Amino acid sequence: MVRLTIDGKEVQARQGEKVLWAALDNGIYIPHLCAIRGAEEPHAGCRLCFVEIEGRDGLVTACTEPAVGGMVVHTSTERVKRIVATVFELLLASHPVDCAHCLRSGGCELQRLARFLGIKLKSRRFRQLVREFPIDDSHPAILLDPNKCILCHRCIWTCRQRGIGALGYINRGFERRIGTFGDMPLAEVGCEGCEACAQVCPVGALAAKR
Amino acid sequence: MTAKASADIARAFHKLRVQARKEWQALKDSPKPQIFVGTATCGRAAGALEVRDTFRKLLAEGDIDAILTEVGCMGYCYAEPLVVIAKPGRPPIGYGYVTPGVAERLVKDFLLADDPCLEFALGAMEENELIPSILDQPRFKYETRVLLHHCGSIDPENLNHYIANGGYEALTKALGLSPQQIVEEISRSGLRGRGGAGFPTGRKWQICLAAPETPKYVIGNADEGDPGAFMDRAILESTPHSVLEGMAIAGYVIGAERGYLYVRAEYPLAVARAETAIRQAREAGLLGENILGSGFSFDIEVFCGSGAFVCGEETALISSMEGRPGMPHHRPPFPATRGLWSKPTLINNVKTLALVPHILRRSAQWHASLGTPASPGTAVFALAGKVVNTGLVEVPMGTTLRQLIFEVGGGIAKGKRFKAVQIGGPSGGCLPEGCLDLPIDFDRLSQSGAMMGSGGMVVLDEDDCMVEVARYFLDFTQRESCGKCTPCRLGTKQMLAILEDITRGRGTLADLALLKELAEVVRAASLCGLGKTAPNPVLTTLRYFEDEYIAHVTEGRCPALMCHDLIAYYILPERCERSCDACVGSCAVEAISPNRKRIKVIDQAKCVKCGTCLQSCPPQYSAVVRVSPPSLVPAER
Ligand SMILES: Cc1cc2nc3c(=O)[nH]c(=O)nc-3n(C[C@H](O)[C@H](O)[C@H](O)COP(=O)(O)O)c2cc1C
Repeated sequence: MVRLTIDGKEVQARQGEKVLWAALDNGIYIPHLCAIRGAEEPHAGCRLCFVEIEGRDGLVTACTEPAVGGMVVHTSTERVKRIVATVFELLLASHPVDCAHCLRSGGCELQRLARFLGIKLKSRRFRQLVREFPIDDSHPAILLDPNKCILCHRCIWTCRQRGIGALGYINRGFERRIGTFGDMPLAEVGCEGCEACAQVCPVGALAAKR
Repeated sequence: MTAKASADIARAFHKLRVQARKEWQALKDSPKPQIFVGTATCGRAAGALEVRDTFRKLLAEGDIDAILTEVGCMGYCYAEPLVVIAKPGRPPIGYGYVTPGVAERLVKDFLLADDPCLEFALGAMEENELIPSILDQPRFKYETRVLLHHCGSIDPENLNHYIANGGYEALTKALGLSPQQIVEEISRSGLRGRGGAGFPTGRKWQICLAAPETPKYVIGNADEGDPGAFMDRAILESTPHSVLEGMAIAGYVIGAERGYLYVRAEYPLAVARAETAIRQAREAGLLGENILGSGFSFDIEVFCGSGAFVCGEETALISSMEGRPGMPHHRPPFPATRGLWSKPTLINNVKTLALVPHILRRSAQWHASLGTPASPGTAVFALAGKVVNTGLVEVPMGTTLRQLIFEVGGGIAKGKRFKAVQIGGPSGGCLPEGCLDLPIDFDRLSQSGAMMGSGGMVVLDEDDCMVEVARYFLDFTQRESCGKCTPCRLGTKQMLAILEDITRGRGTLADLALLKELAEVVRAASLCGLGKTAPNPVLTTLRYFEDEYIAHVTEGRCPALMCHDLIAYYILPERCERSCDACVGSCAVEAISPNRKRIKVIDQAKCVKCGTCLQSCPPQYSAVVRVSPPSLVPAER
C-alpha cells in the first residue's frame, strides 16, 4: 500500500492502482464516464477525469495514472475545472437533450454530471451538432439509439466480457458510432437480450425495453 | 563474438560484394549506351511507363544495342517523366518532361545519330566541360543527399546495385559488434526519429534492448498519411533495401527475429518493390535464418495498412496489426516495453531506419557533424504548392526556410508573392514571411507553432486564404479522427463548424475567442498525437494571420479573394472592350450581358462565381476582377 494526498486528504491505495479508483474508494468524486474497474487497460476516451499532480506539468487523466507513494493530487483546480467543463459541454452539444422522452431520464449520468459540474444541460456556448443515425428498434429487449451515445465503450466491453460481442464501432470522426458487425439489425447478430449493455450505458443509447 | 566468427561473416559478405561490384562495374563500363527511366509512382503518374515502353519498342524494332534500366525517384517531380542517358564519351544527361515523342527523338537523334537533343535536357548529371550541369543549379548548393543518395541512380529491384554502392556493409559490420556498442554509436550520432516527433533513436533502442520480455518485434512505419507527403513512398520505391538493412540491424540490436514493414495499401508499387527486395535479401542470406552465418536470424514481412491517417500513430498501428480497430491507446506503456502482442516492439519511421546503415557505415561522428547540434543530419521534404520546383529535396537540418523555398525550390511560381509555408502536414502549422529565416530543426519549428512532422511542405501565395487553409486541414483531421476521445471527435468538429461559418461570412468576434479556447482544450485534453496537434494549423494562422480572420468576421471580406461566399466577380467598365464578347459566351449561366454602351455587366443574382469569365477575358483587357466583400460591386445605373 502507498499513501498519497488527494485534495488535501491523505488516502491509501495499492501500489500502481489508478488514481481514479483510489479517489473514488476514499469518497472523493472525480468525473468519469468510460472508466471500467477491472478492464485490462483504461479506455481513456471520455477525457473527463483530469487532475493535476504536483511536480508534473500539464493535466493527467486519473484513470491512467498509477498511484505512487507521496503523490499530491488536486482534482478541482481552476485549470482542471475549465478543461473538464469544456469537454463535458462538447458532449452535451452533440447529445439530443430530450430528457422528457428518454427512458434513461433520472438515472442518466449526463444529468448527474451536469449537476456536479454546475453546467446547464442546454448549453448555448457551442453549436448544437446532433447526429441523425437511424434508431435500431429490431430487438425485442434492447433499444439502440446511437444518437444519444457518448462512445464510452462500456457496452462493447461488457458484451465482449460475456462472450457475445454483438457490438462494435462503425465509421470515424464525428460519424463514429456504436453498431453491429456489418451494420446488421441488433436482432440478427446474436444478441441474447441479457441487458448488460443497458445496465452499463451511462445515457439512453442502449435501453432495456421492459 | 569470436574473431573467427567475425571473419566468417565478413568473408560471406565479401563474396556477395565481389559479385555485385562486378555486375555494377560491367554496367558502368559498358560500351553500350544506357537509358535510365525513373519509374517510381511520381514518374508513373506523369507517364513514365509509356516512355519506358516507347524506348523498349524502338530499341527492339531498330535492333539497337542499349541498356534500359528502371530507377526510382530522382526528386525533380515538376519535370517528370525523367530520363537519363549515358553514352560512352559523354557525361550522362538528364531529360525532363519526356513524352513518347521525345523518347523517339532521343533514340533517333541521340542514340543513332549523335545529337544529344539539348533542347529537352535539364542538364548533365555530373560536372563536365561540354554541357551545363544540373549540379550548377542553386538547389545543389543547399542539398545534401544521404537518404536520397541512391534514389534514382540504382535499380530498386536489383540487390547487386545496392550492395555495389555500399549496401549491407553496415549490417555486416553490426553483426561483429555487440548490441550495446551499436546503441551507443546511434546515440552518439544524435539521430532523432523522422516520424515527426524527433524522439532520440538511441534512447528508444536502449529501452527496447533492455526490455526483458521476449519475443520482440521491429516495425518499420511507412503509413505516411499526411496529404501531400511522399518521402517514405519514394524511399521504398527507390531504395527498399536501405530500409530492410536498417530493420535487420534494429532486430539484431534489440534481439528480435521478426520485423514488419507497415505500408499503406494505397502504395502498391512500394509494397511490390519491398516484397521483391525482401525475397532477394532472403535468397542472398541477408535476411532469414542465420544471416551471413552469424547465428542471428531475422525476417521481414510487409503488412498492408488500410490507409487511415491515425494508423500511423504507433499504438493505433499496433492495434490494427493485431486485428483490432485502429484506435490509439494511452501511453505508457510505450511500445518499446509493451507493443505488438504485448511484447517489446521497436517502432521507427522508415527514414529513421534507412539512416541507420549510413551511420554505421560512415560513423556517428559524420552524422553528428551534419545539421545542427540538437537536430543532426538531414531532413527530407516533399515540396509542394506554389513553388517552382516541386519535388523531393534533402537538406541539412539548420537550412533556413528561405533557402529551402527560394533557392532549392526556386521561389514562388508565376511571379506571385509568398504568403506562408505549411509545414508538417495536418499536425503542422503555417508560418509567415517573418519566420522565413528560421533554421529548420525539430525544436525551432515546434517553438514557432509548426512541426517537423513527417516532411510535408506546402508553399502558399497571396491567393491563398489562411482561414480556408486552416479549414482545409482541420476538415482532414476531423474526418481522420478515430472518434475514440471526446475532444478530438467533437472539439475538432465544433472548430470546423466555426471555421466554415467564418469562411461563409457568418462568423463573429465571439467565435474567434471560442475557436481559440477550443483549440487549447483539444490540444490539452486529447488522447493521442492526432488530437493534440490537430489545432496547430488553426493556432498558427490565428497567431500569424489574425487580421485575415478579423477581415472575414467584421467586414465580410476575404483578403485573398478566395472564399466563395465573400467574393463577387465584376467587370471593370473602363477596361472592358466594347467589341469583345468572350465572357458573354463563356458564362454557363448566362449571367453576363452588354449594357447600352456595350460594356459587359454581370448579373450578380445569376452569377455562380465559377470564374470562367475571368479566365476567358483576353489578357490585354483583363477587365474581369474579383472583389471582396461582394458589396463593393457598384449598383448598375
Ligand atoms: C496521427 C499520427 C499519425 C502518425 N503517422 C505517422 C506516419 O505516417 N509515419 C510515421 O513514421 N510516424 C507517424 N506517427 C508517429 C508515430 O506514432 C511514431 O512516433 C513514429 O513512427 C516513431 O518513429 P521515429 O522514432 O522513427 O520517429 C504518427 C503519429 C500520429 C499522432
